[in-house]
Amino acid sequence: MPDKKQDLIDQKLQDLNNDGVDRRGFLKCMAWAGTGLVWTLSGGIPVSRAFAKDYGKNAGKGADFSFVQISDSHIGFNKPANPDVTATLQTAINKINAMPQSPDFIIHTGDLSQLSKPSEFDTLDQVLKGASAKQIFFVPGEHDMLSDNGAQYLERYGKGTKGTGWYSFDHKGVHFVGLVNVANLKAGGMGSLGQEQLEWFEDDLKGRSASTPIVLFAHIPLWTIYPEWGWGTDDSEQALSYVKRFGSVTVLNGHIHQIMQKIEGKVSFHTAMSTAFPQPAPGTAPSAGPMKVPAEQLQQVLGITDVNYVVSGRSLAIVDSPLGA
Amino acid sequence: MTKKNAWVAGLATPVVIAMLLLFAGSPSVTASNQPSAANAAVKIDNFVFGPQTLTVPVGTTVTWTNSDDIPHTSVSTEGVFKSKVLDTDEKFSYTFTKAGSYPYYCTIHPKMTGTVVVQ
Repeated sequence: MPDKKQDLIDQKLQDLNNDGVDRRGFLKCMAWAGTGLVWTLSGGIPVSRAFAKDYGKNAGKGADFSFVQISDSHIGFNKPANPDVTATLQTAINKINAMPQSPDFIIHTGDLSQLSKPSEFDTLDQVLKGASAKQIFFVPGEHDMLSDNGAQYLERYGKGTKGTGWYSFDHKGVHFVGLVNVANLKAGGMGSLGQEQLEWFEDDLKGRSASTPIVLFAHIPLWTIYPEWGWGTDDSEQALSYVKRFGSVTVLNGHIHQIMQKIEGKVSFHTAMSTAFPQPAPGTAPSAGPMKVPAEQLQQVLGITDVNYVVSGRSLAIVDSPLGA
Repeated sequence: MTKKNAWVAGLATPVVIAMLLLFAGSPSVTASNQPSAANAAVKIDNFVFGPQTLTVPVGTTVTWTNSDDIPHTSVSTEGVFKSKVLDTDEKFSYTFTKAGSYPYYCTIHPKMTGTVVVQ
């Protein structure tokens, strides 16, 4: 229905603004991980199937805007879990292009490619060229830094960034920070930001007003979802200590190919679906490898994430949409 | 008679020598080939190096094979050996010429670790 998405956004903002915790949503789908952390499973996340035709009418109010997160395209992957990842990425782009209010930009949270091959990056570029949103921000996944320590990634997608590809920018009053937690990984560890990046990050936030909404995005989750599978970042706690004073912090990640969400105080954590193939829920399979689902179900477990910022609200509303909707 | 015996002896001598060479040769061939002939395998399956600890004699060539749908690497924690990225069914081999313990990991999925013990 036309107002479905707007209703969803309004409700999410209302829930978030009550006390910073969407308790109703949480209770509906609460689950305890072995680590004692609370996380929610994809089945419990509201899904908008119809993008409202008249959503655009709100666009003129203040600095409201939206952007879309896509993740884990894995261009070059050709195994049974999805023999045509280029086609599903194209479907995701078509879906973005069909949105009544064009997003201001797209964020890709990494694993653009399967094997960091030039041909894979070429294919990705070709598909992304067709997106209505011309500006795309990237952070690398571990698959984008194979063999050459990320030299090619930086050359193509990381011009003007620091270190292994981190950077920040401002958009309509929101401060965005792209972090890299897939470089120089240590044996036995999980994702890692490293001292140099942490220092840069702390410095980057200095002097910013606590009322500035902050959006952090990185490939591997910046919260510990399942350490047994390396689904977390060893030094994320230090990074998150720098954003404690801010009133609204949204953390967007990929890597785990499924939606998970956690709200901790003023910080909302969210992981996106992949555009390529799903992965199992933590601990439900022998490993985190690609999950095979019947072909007709594939588009229900791949998708995009639409993030809406409304100035009057304190938080950002996040709407996940499967490709097959 | 004498003539025939001499002929037989003449014929037998190279045969005996050949047989001696054969017997002498086979143990020496085995001995000199032992290092390169000893092979061991590590299978990468479901994000696990199997066996996680592999014990082999000095001179063993260890071959890692990636059986996953996702690429992995096998890289020595101490910089002794480093595979390229192994896509599905790709292999990497390294011959261990010195005794010691060689921890290694997958640089893409660093939770994946293993050790080769060379004795």
